[in-house]
Amino acid sequence: MSGTAIDKNLPAREQAIAWLQQMIRIRRFEEKCAQLYGATKIRGFLHLYSGEEAIAVGVMSALKNTDAVVATYREHGQALARGIAMPSILAEMYGKQEGCCHGRGGSMHLFDAATRFFGGNAIVGGGLPIAVGLALADKMQKRTNVTACFFGEGAVAEGEFHESLNLAALWKLPVLFLCENNLYAMGTALTRSESQTDIHQKAQSYNIPAEVVDGMDVMAVEAAVRTALDAIRSGAGPRFLELRTYRFRAHSMFDPELYRSKDEVEAWKARCPIATFSAKLLAANLITQNDIAAFEKIADDEINAAVAYAEAGTWESVATLTRDVYTEMTA
Amino acid sequence: MSAATTNKTTYREALRASLREALQNDARVFLMGEDVGRYGGSFAVSKGLLEEFGEERIRDTPLSESAFVGAGIGAALGGMRPIVEIMTVNFSLLCLDQIVNTAATLRHMSGGQFNVPVVIRMTTGAGRQLAAQHSHSLECWYAHVPGLRVVAPATLEDARGMLQTALANPDPVIIFEHNALYNMEGELNENAGAVDIERASVRRAGKHITLITYGGSLHKTLRAADKLATENIEAEVIDLRSLRPLDDATILQSVRKTRRVVIVDEGWRSGGLSAEIGMRIAEQAFYDLDAPPARVCSAEVPIPYAKHMEEAALPQTATIVQTVREVMGQNV
Repeated sequence: MSGTAIDKNLPAREQAIAWLQQMIRIRRFEEKCAQLYGATKIRGFLHLYSGEEAIAVGVMSALKNTDAVVATYREHGQALARGIAMPSILAEMYGKQEGCCHGRGGSMHLFDAATRFFGGNAIVGGGLPIAVGLALADKMQKRTNVTACFFGEGAVAEGEFHESLNLAALWKLPVLFLCENNLYAMGTALTRSESQTDIHQKAQSYNIPAEVVDGMDVMAVEAAVRTALDAIRSGAGPRFLELRTYRFRAHSMFDPELYRSKDEVEAWKARCPIATFSAKLLAANLITQNDIAAFEKIADDEINAAVAYAEAGTWESVATLTRDVYTEMTA
Repeated sequence: MSAATTNKTTYREALRASLREALQNDARVFLMGEDVGRYGGSFAVSKGLLEEFGEERIRDTPLSESAFVGAGIGAALGGMRPIVEIMTVNFSLLCLDQIVNTAATLRHMSGGQFNVPVVIRMTTGAGRQLAAQHSHSLECWYAHVPGLRVVAPATLEDARGMLQTALANPDPVIIFEHNALYNMEGELNENAGAVDIERASVRRAGKHITLITYGGSLHKTLRAADKLATENIEAEVIDLRSLRPLDDATILQSVRKTRRVVIVDEGWRSGGLSAEIGMRIAEQAFYDLDAPPARVCSAEVPIPYAKHMEEAALPQTATIVQTVREVMGQNV
């Protein structure tokens, strides 16, 4: 990408700016989370999305409000792009009761009924059967919703991946399978864990139309998702997108990154979805450098407000520890 | 009890009647599992339902326990009321992830935003020479897990009535059907319907000793009580019915009265339900006891195939009787 040629596929300015702002917002949020982890404000496992923003932003842009989302433990980007309020996400990561799950879930388990966001699932592959079921419920109730199911390429080795793809295809269920292939399952490279590394072929083997998408390109992601959603809503059954991407940061905050080279990381960083998309918008004169600085300022202001909200948040009383293990029955 | 009409039926037919009623009464209810449709259910429980309700609501699944149990969880989240059938508790280990990591956790982990009204039925237990991969009693594993409700119908009334209550419950409920009971015959009230799924039930009143059991062992225990009655030992028999939550109140009320207790559990002794119940009694009624609590459990072996060996591995009426005699002969 030279950054000078004008991309003829660019969306309208308003849409382009919305995508760019959303990606910047996610990136800066994630970098703040890393700082907050260092400051011990966030604990447990923390998995950052930096580098993969184009996927969440492109997917959520194409989904309808009535669609469902099933995500993984690396889901801050999905949650933000889906519209869960940043303060409630950050408060959740602080463990405060103002968090979207009252601090019961944390970073890996963000849930939100209002946006039909069904986790935050931290068992690799475990979200796929749930997505199949959500889609089954929609189909049986004759709704045209789609369930968007995110998972990493590591999930492809799990039995639940194969069982779920087969069932979704067999029953022609409205599931959009979104494989975020960032090449590493924690520290295990795809080439060291799969006999067939071309993942979309596995979906094709279940008679699910599948394609490979550049996961570093928000326009490519959005276009592929829109096409897939149209097909799914027409009743054609599930679709599968393998979104090739890369995480710029370590797997979690405990990862010394012994398994990949700095050169490889740098090579992928040169394809940063924010930098490349910004360059396209600049080349097309849709934005200026000042606009980018302004977008960053807007994101930082929102993040600072979210930090203040989380800091000011309160701890749930221990007396409520066992609440919500079961639904409280009112006689 | 007034002279209500009763009909001769079986445990299997009672289960089927409850399924049919649920499917008739609520359009959100559907049944899925391996061979529940064309085959009629591996234990013939769902026979005829495909013809009556169609393949949209009686869904044969691939041999994919994790996918179809997870799909049941997802469908429950999506507004349906799925009934998922797993052939045996042994096979349920293939979907333990979905049941324990997802169904049981979702409500708490989401801060109360999502509940999972799924009902999972499966067979459990030995006695039909099905050997070590179709005969185990692992219900205590599920009873260990907060977020799940676990019930075990041992009577025609409960086979007929527990499903209805389970479906009305907003949280995941697992129903364990003992495979030796499917052919059990008896009279069932024509008006039989929903029953509670939280309370234990005293199936036989007595004053000398309390026998606590559930599921397939209930009938062996009742026969033991009949035999003991001829020896002037009046045993009170408690059918737990619900394995989670456990009904401490009914257990303790009986134990405080009889002051002696034997727990009969087809599960293994080590780390099993009998251990849990015994400890609850020790914690709450230690000074009310006249003798140490005792247990009759399955031998600590994978259940063998050969009939005489299988019988030797399981709680039997004779071993229950003998254990009771020993407890009656002891005093602290």
